[in-house]
Amino acid sequence: MLVHSRGARWALWAIFLVLFVPLFALPLLVVLGASFATHWSGVLPSGLTTGNYRAATRGEALQALTTSLVTALTASLLALTAGTWAALAAAALKKRHRRLLDALFVLPVAVPSVVVGLSVLVAFSQPPLLLNGTGSIVIVAHTVLVTAFAHQSVSAAIVRLDPGYEQAAASLGARPAYVLWRVRLPLLLPSLTAAAGLCFALSMGELSATMMLYPPDWTPLPVLIFAATDRGALFTGSAVAVVLMAATLLVLLAVSRVRTRASYR
Amino acid sequence: MTTDLTPRTAPTTTPDVHAARPGARRGRRLRGAAPLLWAAPPVALLAVFFLYPLALVVRQSVQPDTGGVSLKPYADVFASPAFREALWTTVWLALASTAGCLVLGFLLALVIAFVPFPGARAVARFIDVFLSFPSFLITLALLFVYGRTGLANGLWTGATGAPDGPFAFLTTPWGVLLAEVTYFTPFVMRPLLAAFAQLDTAQLEAAGSLGARAPRIVRQVIWPEALPALAAGGSLVLVLCLNEFGIVLFTGAKGVTTLPMLVYGKAILESDYPGACVVAVVNVLISVGLYGLYRVVSRRAGA
Repeated sequence: MLVHSRGARWALWAIFLVLFVPLFALPLLVVLGASFATHWSGVLPSGLTTGNYRAATRGEALQALTTSLVTALTASLLALTAGTWAALAAAALKKRHRRLLDALFVLPVAVPSVVVGLSVLVAFSQPPLLLNGTGSIVIVAHTVLVTAFAHQSVSAAIVRLDPGYEQAAASLGARPAYVLWRVRLPLLLPSLTAAAGLCFALSMGELSATMMLYPPDWTPLPVLIFAATDRGALFTGSAVAVVLMAATLLVLLAVSRVRTRASYR
Repeated sequence: MTTDLTPRTAPTTTPDVHAARPGARRGRRLRGAAPLLWAAPPVALLAVFFLYPLALVVRQSVQPDTGGVSLKPYADVFASPAFREALWTTVWLALASTAGCLVLGFLLALVIAFVPFPGARAVARFIDVFLSFPSFLITLALLFVYGRTGLANGLWTGATGAPDGPFAFLTTPWGVLLAEVTYFTPFVMRPLLAAFAQLDTAQLEAAGSLGARAPRIVRQVIWPEALPALAAGGSLVLVLCLNEFGIVLFTGAKGVTTLPMLVYGKAILESDYPGACVVAVVNVLISVGLYGLYRVVSRRAGA
């Protein structure tokens, strides 16, 4: 215990609450409250209704939800495969090469997502690979963006991996592929699922690159939320935002269950 | 007990590893280029879907619509007041947000880790959840709290009878600053909390029993441990703030233009692709440069 005086402790907790609640808890509560309202010009929202949700779970919004889910699932699976492969391959390289590979795969974090969107748009609007106007261009951009995060978290886990296990397996005559499949990947499973959850959440909320290149028939949820708030439909927008948050949380919860089951092994 | 402990302690395994190493290394050398070959497929994918598109952006930035190669797009963009203003806004907003996040994140993480209260763990869990939501939600929420007819202004007009409330900062850079500090502070808190979890509380107890008071313990025991985490979190937040787009877009303010906003505006709203590519190149250079610098610095500072 850092602070022993009782009064000082309470004072600290009060400061914490004063900073924490308005900054972090209030925004989420406000969006939740607004999603059930039609007006908000006082302390509490007024005109309580569930109509926003009826609008947010049918037609255009429902289609946007499926679009977002398909995009996020595909992008995170692709990113997880590419990122894990790169991380495993990097671990076997010499230090100089490993540094280079890590730097290459971290690069998409540093490059602004708007620029990633612009570059993908420029590159795939011309002959060798024409993707502009299809949903796959959105998936490509999301995959590029989240691969960096998958690679980072998996390679951090590989560094922490105890080499004793794979050496034991190898010394008992297991081939590299068998060691990878039966020893390394199972040991990495918790961080793989964590990385998958991270990628999924990032892709669900991705707006910057998507705004640059989404085709009219492949509109993910964040774009729809922006369109709603931009035309002044703030309350419908909040309901769609709550749907987005709920869908993200549900998938994260499912992923974390995989993680806890894996850690019993 | 001792037999139980031996497999887990590092010193007993390390000599084995070293003994096995020469053979392992020779085996790896014999295979020669195999590791490099295994690294090729992901690198090829990255090249096709990320590096090649980026190269095209750079190429287009020096190729005006009229054809040929010239630096005229750069000259045009650098000369425009809109670009200069966007550059300045981006940089000072990112620096101010990072500073705010570092101060706020350090304070909050300090309380959660060292002056824990009932529910502190739930708060730490909440931080993780917060990280998985998109940034524009914060701006959306702030519209309800500080918007023209929002919660705060509604309270004010209700209490005083005035026609307009005093809160009109949302469409100014200060609104963006508030949203960025709110959204990115958890990115500083998470590495800090991880670092604090590894700090041995016996050190704090020892310092305390030797007569050090809380401020001194924070300065001399906790602060050095926190530095690497602060450097890592701060660098990430700085880059994310430089690149932030959703918060600025949702603010909908004509007065606040950042570089990513300018890229979007030029490319999508004005269809001026060479101009957009020029701004994009500048933005990439700033972000990647700063990120590289901070990775070097944080590696030196701590780990």
